[in-house]
Amino acid sequence: MKPYERYFEKIKDKKLFLLGNEAVVYGALSAGCNFFAGYPITPSTEIASMMSRELPKVGGYYIQMEDEIASIAAVIGASWAGGKSMTATSGPGFSLMMENIGYACMTETPCVIVDVQRSGPSTGQATKPAQGDVMQSRWGTHGDHEIIVLSPNSVQECFELTVESFNLSETYRTPVILLMDGKVGHLTEQINIPSEIQIVERRKAKEDELPFGGQLIPPMIEIGDRRAVHITGSTHMPDGMRDIESQDVHDRLVRRLYRKIDENRENIVRVEENYEDNARIAVVSYGATARLAFGAVLKARENGIPVDFLRLITIWPFPRDRIRKLGEKVDRIYVPELNLGQISREIERFVDIDVISLSKIGGVHHTVDEIYNAIRGE
Amino acid sequence: MIDKQQERMERYLRLNIFPTTFCPGCGCGSILNAFIHALDDLDIPPEEVVTVTGIGCSSWIPSPYFKGDVLHTTHGRSIAFATGVKIVKPDMRVVVFGGDGDLIGIGGNHLIHAARRNIDLTVFLVNNFVYGMTGGQVSPTTPYNIQTTTTPYGNVENPFSIAEVIASSGASYVARWTTYHIFQLVRAMKEALQKKGFSFIEIISQCPMNYGRAVKLRSGPKLLKLFREKSINIKEVENLTEEETRDKFIVGTLVNRDKEEFTERLRDAIRRAEER
Repeated sequence: MKPYERYFEKIKDKKLFLLGNEAVVYGALSAGCNFFAGYPITPSTEIASMMSRELPKVGGYYIQMEDEIASIAAVIGASWAGGKSMTATSGPGFSLMMENIGYACMTETPCVIVDVQRSGPSTGQATKPAQGDVMQSRWGTHGDHEIIVLSPNSVQECFELTVESFNLSETYRTPVILLMDGKVGHLTEQINIPSEIQIVERRKAKEDELPFGGQLIPPMIEIGDRRAVHITGSTHMPDGMRDIESQDVHDRLVRRLYRKIDENRENIVRVEENYEDNARIAVVSYGATARLAFGAVLKARENGIPVDFLRLITIWPFPRDRIRKLGEKVDRIYVPELNLGQISREIERFVDIDVISLSKIGGVHHTVDEIYNAIRGE
Repeated sequence: MIDKQQERMERYLRLNIFPTTFCPGCGCGSILNAFIHALDDLDIPPEEVVTVTGIGCSSWIPSPYFKGDVLHTTHGRSIAFATGVKIVKPDMRVVVFGGDGDLIGIGGNHLIHAARRNIDLTVFLVNNFVYGMTGGQVSPTTPYNIQTTTTPYGNVENPFSIAEVIASSGASYVARWTTYHIFQLVRAMKEALQKKGFSFIEIISQCPMNYGRAVKLRSGPKLLKLFREKSINIKEVENLTEEETRDKFIVGTLVNRDKEEFTERLRDAIRRAEER
């Protein structure tokens, strides 16, 4: 039995009372994470401090780097050396990581980045929750790329989606961002650790396989495999050798990186749908805000207003087909979120009906009544 | 002799990619040659070495020419990437190549912290006093008053003495040589590769294209001659006045000491955790 299997064996089937940030650590260790590099930042710090305590117990490595740029760099290096690696941060640190997240996309490095969102821009309200990094998680690094971003709304999901993040990162050979918010990270709830979890192991290249092409998702050659792997963030050919001149090589590489996620949307995208047959309006939300949004939906239904509810679990790639379908079913969509309408604008791209942004900023969540009153048309 | 050289090149280099992209007279080729001499003399197979680099001319010394693992990373961050590699694969020899702009300028923080940790990396810092790849801008090691493309009225800043900085940061091994001192450099590389802990060589190297233009010495040999004239061995410094050592390259071994290494300490901590 591997160390992480022993770790999971000890917690499986248990009911635990945990902080969202702690559940991330349990999820990561159960998924086989054996390397964490980070830098303290509110409101993600509990992940680092718990990792420093728990990782060595399974023979894993914890290192506090000199900044967030170094943290994500070490995470990528560790992944290429054969580790399952992750880091955790919040807004300002997430901004610092952007260049190397692009490097991870370009070099197809499996790794997990947790961003426990806080109120920005800049230092903003360091201790307050927000959902202002939605677009940054999609487009923060320069150049065309695809990315996978998941958003938990409960402590239970912090555990489950951390496991899922590692699995997706290995399946699609890509960085995966677990986009939490300060509220979910600092929420304490009881969770049920499942009795079993599926773990995706890394696919290594056979003798005749190339590490950077030749198939939609190529297998890896790791550092230390004695196969002289050449890894570069420059445009490269399927064998890893740099070619920064030919349009064709760049086009083929970058489009493949895009396609490997885009063409697997159906396998990646997860949403929670709670629909009523006769509803003409819908609420779409995600993260901690979705809990209050669902409260408002229930209150509306109790008061005789049928409302559909859709929660994004996968933020990117955007669940556009589900949103399209919803747009054909109802007349209006309300989007409560802790930013000035980042997902609301994305929804507008895929529907021909009214999309009403219920944005709120300043580190305070919507109340159920605020959302309910908006739905009622007040 | 020729056979031996050919054999060495075939063992350590991806010869199908040659010639290199370096400018005529550049010091990078000499440094690559010194590196494979050092590896060959120690009989270290390329499979046991991973070279990690950033952005800039000297980051192309092993990438893509070295026939072992190559991790060519982002500007200034090679040492942080290398830290992740070394922790997970402690049996690999992790060798970082980078320039003064890459490792001292944008990446200076990672450099001093790696030295402080005394992690078992070997870092070859190629100091050519200028940002070469972008066409000759002022760097953190450009001497005072030199005209570069971004200091048209002369450099108003002072340069780093980076080897001394790394020595005082806690590295196990620190040396400085120039590309003129090629035999001393090969010997120092062998010492660095064998040393446990953070080992660091500042290699003063010629950039005839860009730095050469700035100091009006536009050829490799002219710059090498300058290196010879301006170098003083560290053993002789004691007997010289401050005036006599000003603007000189103090070459030799600054530090060679046995110290505890980071990844070993990290593994000790893991053993303590597992026992608990």
